[in-house]
Amino acid sequence: MIGLSHYLIVSAIIFSIGLVGVLRRRNLLMLFFATEVMLNAVNIAFAAISHYYNDLTGQMFAFFIIAIAASEVAVGLGLLIVLYKKYGSLDLDDLASMKG
Amino acid sequence: MYEVVAFYLFSVLIIGLFLVTVMSKNVLYAMTSLAAGMVLISGFFFILGADFLGVVQLIVYVGAIMALYSFAMMFFDATKDIKEKNTSSALVFVLGGLSALVLVLMFAAPIHSDAIQALYPMHEGVGNAQDVGIVLFTKYLVPFEVAAVMLLVAMIAGIILAGKKMDDSLTEDLSADDEILVQKDEK
Repeated sequence: MIGLSHYLIVSAIIFSIGLVGVLRRRNLLMLFFATEVMLNAVNIAFAAISHYYNDLTGQMFAFFIIAIAASEVAVGLGLLIVLYKKYGSLDLDDLASMKG
Repeated sequence: MYEVVAFYLFSVLIIGLFLVTVMSKNVLYAMTSLAAGMVLISGFFFILGADFLGVVQLIVYVGAIMALYSFAMMFFDATKDIKEKNTSSALVFVLGGLSALVLVLMFAAPIHSDAIQALYPMHEGVGNAQDVGIVLFTKYLVPFEVAAVMLLVAMIAGIILAGKKMDDSLTEDLSADDEILVQKDEK
């Protein structure tokens, strides 16, 4: 049977995929996608724990994570559009203005 | 039996799709595979009995967030492949995997001790949406309202950031040009 640890392992794998994406990508839009992947991984873990401990708190936190993700995307995409209009690129290496 | 088949099918598909999201050079491929992965994640939620969460995942993530991304895609050149300078990807993989593992261990440690107990237990014979509604509107009312205000703030911020001077370019500062012209005239 599928237990809690199965779901937690899948969630950990998806989370590490997202983390590798955040570390590896240089494009800001791709960084946003990787962040969404990480948030979804956490949601899976919350729902699984909520199911196996017969507790609704996990689902509540998953709802709030979804709300936070939605507002993050709204603000972030607005910022990306402004950046793209200003610099014509979303590459982090192009956007870096401080040399060090 | 069905649960086992569905779990393995969904997990393999989700991991594959998210790998495409993270590795792909094309923005459109990445966005499409991300949307498909989110649909399959809602399948996980339905297996786990969190029906309302699955529906919210479908509506908010696949419906709203992906629509926002695809609208934002109109501003960026989505057909062009992204050229990125990647420095030693093996190191990044090792670092990412290790730090994810550490994070998961940190957060999973209290679960495997017996310190966890059900604060708001689910009720037998009551639908998941009803259960969620009762807890959400009694115990989590204040966070719910705060989340509503946060969404409003985010909406206003998005409108102001994306919609400012929508009809003319932000890169061409006309007042700066005028100042330069005035300075030339004075010479």
